[in-house]
This record gives sequence, structure tokens and C-alpha cells, in this order.
Amino acid sequence: MKKLLLIIVLLLPNIALAVQPDEVLSDPALEARAREISKDLRCLVCQNESIDDSNASLARDLRLIVRERLVKGDSNDEVKTFIVERYGEFALLRPTAGGANRILWLSGPLMLLLALLFGGIYLRGRSRASQALQSDLSDDEKRRLDELLKD
Amino acid sequence: MLPIFAGMIVELGHFALILAFFVACLQAVVPLYGAHKRKYSLMALAVPAASAQLLLLLVAFGALTVAFVTSDFSLRLVVLNSHSAKPMLYKISGVWGNHEGSMLLWVLILALFGGTAAWFGNNLPMTLKARVIAVQGAIGTAFLAFIIFTSNPFVRLQTPPFDGQDLNPLLQDPGLAFHPPFLYLGYVGLSMAFSFAVAALIEGRIDAAWARWVRPWTLAAWVFLTIGIALGSWWAYYELGWGGFWFWDPVENASFMPWLFAAALLHSAIVVEKRESLKSWTILLAILAFGFSLMGTFIVRSGLLTSVHAFANDPERGVFILMIMGFFVGGALTLFAFRASALEAKGVFSFVSRESGLVLNNIFLAVSCLVVFVGTMWPLFAEMFFDRKLSVGAPFFNLAFTPFMVALGIFLPIGAMLPWKRGKIGQTIKKLRYAFALAIALAGLVWAMQTGKSLQGPIGLFLGAWIVFGASIDIYSRLGKTGDFRRLIRLPRSDWGKFFAHSGLGVTMFAIAGLMAWEQEDIRTVQIGESWSLGHYSFTLDDVADSRGPNYFTTMAEVSVFDNGTKIATVFPEKRVYPVAQMPTTEAAIDYRFLRDLYVVIGDPQNDGGWAVRTYIKPLANWIWAGALLMALGGFLSLTDRRFRVAAGAKKQAPVQGHPAE
Repeated sequence: MKKLLLIIVLLLPNIALAVQPDEVLSDPALEARAREISKDLRCLVCQNESIDDSNASLARDLRLIVRERLVKGDSNDEVKTFIVERYGEFALLRPTAGGANRILWLSGPLMLLLALLFGGIYLRGRSRASQALQSDLSDDEKRRLDELLKD
Repeated sequence: MLPIFAGMIVELGHFALILAFFVACLQAVVPLYGAHKRKYSLMALAVPAASAQLLLLLVAFGALTVAFVTSDFSLRLVVLNSHSAKPMLYKISGVWGNHEGSMLLWVLILALFGGTAAWFGNNLPMTLKARVIAVQGAIGTAFLAFIIFTSNPFVRLQTPPFDGQDLNPLLQDPGLAFHPPFLYLGYVGLSMAFSFAVAALIEGRIDAAWARWVRPWTLAAWVFLTIGIALGSWWAYYELGWGGFWFWDPVENASFMPWLFAAALLHSAIVVEKRESLKSWTILLAILAFGFSLMGTFIVRSGLLTSVHAFANDPERGVFILMIMGFFVGGALTLFAFRASALEAKGVFSFVSRESGLVLNNIFLAVSCLVVFVGTMWPLFAEMFFDRKLSVGAPFFNLAFTPFMVALGIFLPIGAMLPWKRGKIGQTIKKLRYAFALAIALAGLVWAMQTGKSLQGPIGLFLGAWIVFGASIDIYSRLGKTGDFRRLIRLPRSDWGKFFAHSGLGVTMFAIAGLMAWEQEDIRTVQIGESWSLGHYSFTLDDVADSRGPNYFTTMAEVSVFDNGTKIATVFPEKRVYPVAQMPTTEAAIDYRFLRDLYVVIGDPQNDGGWAVRTYIKPLANWIWAGALLMALGGFLSLTDRRFRVAAGAKKQAPVQGHPAE
């Protein structure tokens, strides 16, 4: 029975750490760049994990490719382009800003502008209403409104 | 227990579930009709119907729990999600650790909220109460139909196996055992805000009293969501093995979006309550908050957006939930379109005022939520309309979402202190000048002390300190000119709620920025007996040994931690294997400290006989969840404010009845 369990355990996928000690580059500056790039690349077989975080063997392969390219002198963008050419833009966790993706990137600022615009119009309306109210009122009512607004 | 009794209990539960469906149908239709026809006896049916539904669902849920606890493997669900050797806590949490059981918990909580509205809603106008409970019943009807027709937890197996297939070991964890119930309490709690919104639209009336009834439900839902999200993120931090606490995963976003909307809603409801303005916007927020909760359910259940959390990948269920969502959200929005114009604003206020501050709060929260929404759904849109298969991950959200939180943090102390109706921006800023100066000084100090010129940490510290000090000045100013500190304790609880909730947000913002900016990491191969250092800490790998737990095997390392040469802790990072579920997990060892966590993970044995080891220093990690707890505490304190406990609405509501289309 014990033997059987041992076999089961050995057959299971081995759990690995994300970045393994043997992957780390000796040049710390290059390694730091590799880590930065890795955070923007998706482990393609995982669910929403970067290759920097993932334990999957494909992620390890990609991490090694990234480091290999960096050692060969690629810039960060060139490394990413290299990966995208082979695996498609699905591999990018930070989508490019080109084409339809402009909608994605601009949606936040545009929605904010719209919301500020509508919010401003609404608030102006409210404060106009208070002024309008004031001009339609008798002196006595004006005094009361002023008192109301004061507290 | 004799098997025959156990069998009866399961059948009883199944029967109660089906009966609950019919009761929910009655609850949805009769009081609504009664309210329309002003028939007292029909409206009065709402209360017993809501009670009966709660009772029946308690029976159903209890029966399923008994089946899990007694490991009744004639039930398909128990076989798929449990194992006789599993610890008792996880046998119980296994009830909701799966699709069918969690849906049952979902409707149970829905019935619980409906029931509380029925029992404690005595100060509600009769028609409003009947309509609220009816809408609640309608939601219940839809989800009970969903459970019975697509996800019945009481399905039996012809030939029961000897043992079960075990719960996903990642879910066998105390933090995660209670993560889903809190989230459901939050999601479903928002159904009350939704029901109140729809009921008010049908009535064509919304006033200060309405807001006072809605706000406690929203607050409660928000508090539960806060705790649920914090539990989930804490679980990710210690369980997933590299100390990440938030991944912008579709399912995380699904819980975060209702949280953002709920936060916006509970602020805008204040304006309705105090100033009778922002009415239609508040109604819209209530509809959207619950709509996004439903969408969260849809995302998790349909497998539409693949994610680590997704329970099931079943298109049939997805379509069903989409239909439910379409019906309720679409219906409510249609109603809104026809009736919103009747909800005319009454209060007037000037451009610089608390009201405007709250509008700005709502703009930041709502737009940031929509940014999360666009980012979450974009892969789907891009594939459908532009034929591009792409990913939107954490780097996008960090970049697109964070500015809104920074802006929110900058304006929060000012907006929170502006007087109602008409204020002077200069006066408020003058009151806050010391908070600002202190926050800037702290941030500058830290910036000078840290290595590197990154601004992330200092900006986080500035925001956190600015919000916390601002909240302190705010509550101090409530004392008026006397400055008598003994009066602090007698301030309304909602003032303290505001103080703690805002401070909590500040603490969490600072902690997240600090953790991301100042984290240190070390990856290496270590021989047994070897030492390594990180920061001013050093670590020694004393031993690595194999052993076994109740339902897993483990490889456990013993690591001594030294601070400047003095031993401060021994930690035991583990790698586990759950043979039944065939799944390995890492159990990071964390030495929790006030200012920083020391986080040690053991990896694979290496060819040279050493072990791969990862060590992190995670500054301010605890503060993230401490801040979340403060926020929840703040919400809870507000919830217990006197004006919600006393039947305050009854008095206010009397003069309004004369002009219903107000």
C-alpha cells in the first residue's frame, strides 16, 4: 500500500516554483528586466497568470526564451515582439494600444470626461435652481432660504 | 445514523426545495397584485410567504449539509466534492464549495434577506413592503427554477461508490471556507437595494424615508462584500505560494465591481436621505449594483471567461443565468426609463458643497468600476467584433484603474469635510492644512530614506496619511468649538463609521502601494544547513522531511529566521500532495510581523541535493487586510447608527403621502 502511494505521489505533476534558481541570470540588471517583461507575458496554458507567477512548464520555457533573447541583446520590446510573433497577442497581459484596443485604453479617460461633464451640468442645474428659487421669492422667503442654506 | 433516515432527510430536503419554488411564485405574484389593487389581505400574504420560503430553504440546505457531514455517497454532489477522510470543517464548507450547493446557499441568503424585510419592515408603508418582498420573491423564483432545472444538488446515483472524489485541495482552507458565504451575503444583500429600487419605481415615489430604508441593506451588503473580498485576497496571499493578493482575475473583478457600485450607492443614498437629490441616479446605481452581482454569478457559472475560480463550464447554465439577468436588469432599466422622470430632485445646493463632493465620489467609483468592466469583458468583445484573440491582465488594470483611486484619495478628505448645501473650498482646505502638511512631510521623509527614486511608495504613504489625518480632523471638528474630547464617544455612530471606513481605505491604499514598491525577493538553491540573507534578516534551512496529514502527503522544511544574528522565529514551509484529487499545493510559511511579513516557500529538490527556496520580505502585508477590516468596521458602526434603529422613517414619511409624483 505504501509503495502504491509513493508511486501515485511520484506520478503527480511536480510542483515547481515560478522562477527557479537555475533560470536566474547572473547579471542582476538583465535579470530585473527579464522579471519585468515576464510580468507582462501570459502563461498561455494557464488561467490569467503571468509567466512570472506560473508553475507550468510552458511558462518556464517562455521565461528561458525571454532570458535567452535578453542575453542576445534584444530590447524589452523586441523580446515581447518575438514572443507575440510566435504565440500571438494572446500572450500579452498588457494589450497593445493599436487598432480596436484604443477603445479599451481610452474608455477610462473618456468615461471620466463624460461623467464629469454630466455631473457638472447636474450640479450647475442644482445651484441655478437655488438662485432661480431665490429670485422668484418674496423677501420673507428669501430670508428663510438663506437661513436654510446657512446651517 | 441509520441509512434509511439519512435517505429520508435528503428526500425531505429535495421536497422542501421544490415547495420553496412554488412558495416563491406566490410571494412574487400575490403581494404585487395586492399592492396594485390596494387589497390589504393579499399584500399581507407577503410576510408568511417570505417566512415559509426561508423555512423551506433552511430545511433543504440543512438536508444537504447532513448529506455532506455523514458522507452520503448516494448523492452525486457529495461524491464529486467530498471524501470520508476530509476534516469536518471542509465537509461542511464542501456544501457550498461547488456549483449546486453554492446556488442553494445563494437562494437561502436571498430568502433570509426577504424574511428580515418581512419581519423588521413594520415601519415600511404597506404597499412598498409588499412590493419589495414580491420582487425579492421573483428573484427567488428565477433562481430556484435555475437550481431545480439545471443544477439540482439532490441528484442521486444509482450505484453509490465507496468513497468520494474530494474537494479541490486549494479550497480546503479556513479562509476560503468562509469566503463564499460572505461574498454571497454581499451579492444577495444588494438584491434588497434592487428590490427597493424596483418597488419605488412601481410606486413612482422616492423620498428621504426610502433612502433611510435602503441604506442599511446596502451598507450590510457592502460590509459583507468587503469581508468576503478581503478573505479571498488574504487566502490568495498565503495559499497560492508567491504572496500575490490580487490578480485582476475575471472572477475577482466580478466581486469587485459590485463592491465599487455598492460603495457609490451607499454614498449617493446619503444625498437622497439628507437632501432629497440624486434620486434617479441612486435608483440606477441600485439596479446596476445588483445587476453586476448577477453578472458576477453569470461569469463564475458559465465559464464564459475562463478563470482559476470558475466552478463549471456549462453553457446551458450560462444561458439560463443570462436570461435571468436580462429579465431583471432589462426589466428594471425599462421601468427606470419610464419612471425616472417622475423622481424629480427637490434639494438645492451650490456648486461647492458636500453634495458635490459625493457626486465626485460617485463619478470616480462608478467610472473606475466601468473601467474594470471594460477590461474584464474586452477579450470577449475583441474576439467577437474584431476577431482578435487577446488578453487583458493585471498590467492593464494597474495602469487604468489606479489613477481613479489616487484621484479619489486626493479629493476624499476635502469632499468629506465640505458643509452641506453651500461651502467655501478655501475654508475646508484651511481646516485640513495640517493633515496635508504632515502627509507631505511623511512622504518626503520616506522618499529620502528609501533606496531608489521610485515614487510609488511615497505617493501611497501620502494618500494614506492624508486620508487618515483628514478623517481625524473631520471627526475632531465634529466636537465643535468646545474641543471637549469626552464628547467624542457620544458622537453619532455614523460619524465614527465614516471615520473608520475612510481611514481603512487610507490604510489599504498605503499598504498596497508600500507592498508593491518595497517588496524584496530572493530565489536560490539551498543545501540543508546552509544560510542566506535578505535585507537585515538571515535564514537557515535546518531540515526537510516527509510526513502525512489527514488527507495529504507533505514535504515540510524547517527554516530558522534571524534578525541581525538573533533567532526570531522558526517557520515550516510545505509542499503538499492530495492523492485523491491528484493535486499538489504549496503551503508558504509566513512569519507575520507588524511592519512586514517574512514569507518562505520551499520548492523542488535540485540535482545537487539542495532545495529551491524563495524568500520574500513583504512590507505592510497585514495592513492591506487590516484596512479592509477597518472599512468593514466603519460600515458596521454606521449600520448601528441610531437613525436606522429607531423607526425614524415613520415620522418623515407622513407629509409626503399627499403628492405621490414628487
